[in-house]
Amino acid sequence: MVKSVIGAHYGLGDWLVQRVTALLMAVYTIVFAGILLICPPQHYGEWRALFENQPMRVATFLFFISLFWHAWIGVRDILMDYIKPTSVRLGLEILVAVLLVGYAGWAIQILWSS
Amino acid sequence: MTASPRPKFLDLTKIRLPVPGLVSILHRISGAALFLFAGVLLYLFQESLASPESYVRFRALADHWLAKLFLTGMLWAFLHHFFAGLRYLLLDVDIGSELGTTRVMSWAVLGTSLALTVVLGVCLW
Repeated sequence: MVKSVIGAHYGLGDWLVQRVTALLMAVYTIVFAGILLICPPQHYGEWRALFENQPMRVATFLFFISLFWHAWIGVRDILMDYIKPTSVRLGLEILVAVLLVGYAGWAIQILWSS
Repeated sequence: MTASPRPKFLDLTKIRLPVPGLVSILHRISGAALFLFAGVLLYLFQESLASPESYVRFRALADHWLAKLFLTGMLWAFLHHFFAGLRYLLLDVDIGSELGTTRVMSWAVLGTSLALTVVLGVCLW
C-alpha cells in the first residue's frame, strides 16, 4: 500500500524561497558593504546619488522584496512553533502579512521618491 | 493502548545547549528582533534619504546614545543572522556537517559576528 504524504505542500517551495532570498540579500550586503568601504558617501548629496543610480535602486528594491518575503516565512515559522490556538495564530499571521506588504509599499515609496 | 507521558526537562536556566544549538536559537532571536524593529529601520532609512533637512534630523537622531545602542544591537542581530545563515547554506550543500567541523564553524559564527559588531560599533560610537 502506498502511503500518501499529507500536509499543505508548501514546505519545499518555502524552503527554496528562504534560501534564494537569503543568497540575494547576502550578495547585496557584500556589494553594499564594499561600496561603503571603498568610497563611503561623505554627505547627503553622495548618499542620495548612490540610490538615484538606477541599477543600485533596483538592486535595493530586490533586497527589500527578498527581505520581506524571507521575514514572512521566518516569522510564520516562529508563530507556528509557539502560538498554539489557531485563531490567535491566524490573527497574528494576517497582521504580519499586512505589515510586510505595507513595508514593501513603503520601501518602494522611499526608493522612488528620492 | 495509550502512550505513557514522556519525561520532560525544560528548565531553560539549566539546559546547556551545544554550540550549534546556541547559534540556532540566536539565529531565531536575531531574526525576530530584526523583524520587530524593521519599521524603525525603514523610518531611519527614509529620513536619511528623503531630503537634506530630513538627513540633518537623521544625523541628529542617530547621534543620540540610545539610538547608537539600538543600532549596535541591530548590527549584531544582522551580523549573527547573516553568518549563521551562511553556515546553514553551507550545511545544505553538506559542508561542515561533521561534528568537529560543525562546532568550529558555530564558534566562528559567534566570534565573527561579535568581533565585527565591536569593530563597526567602535566606528559608530
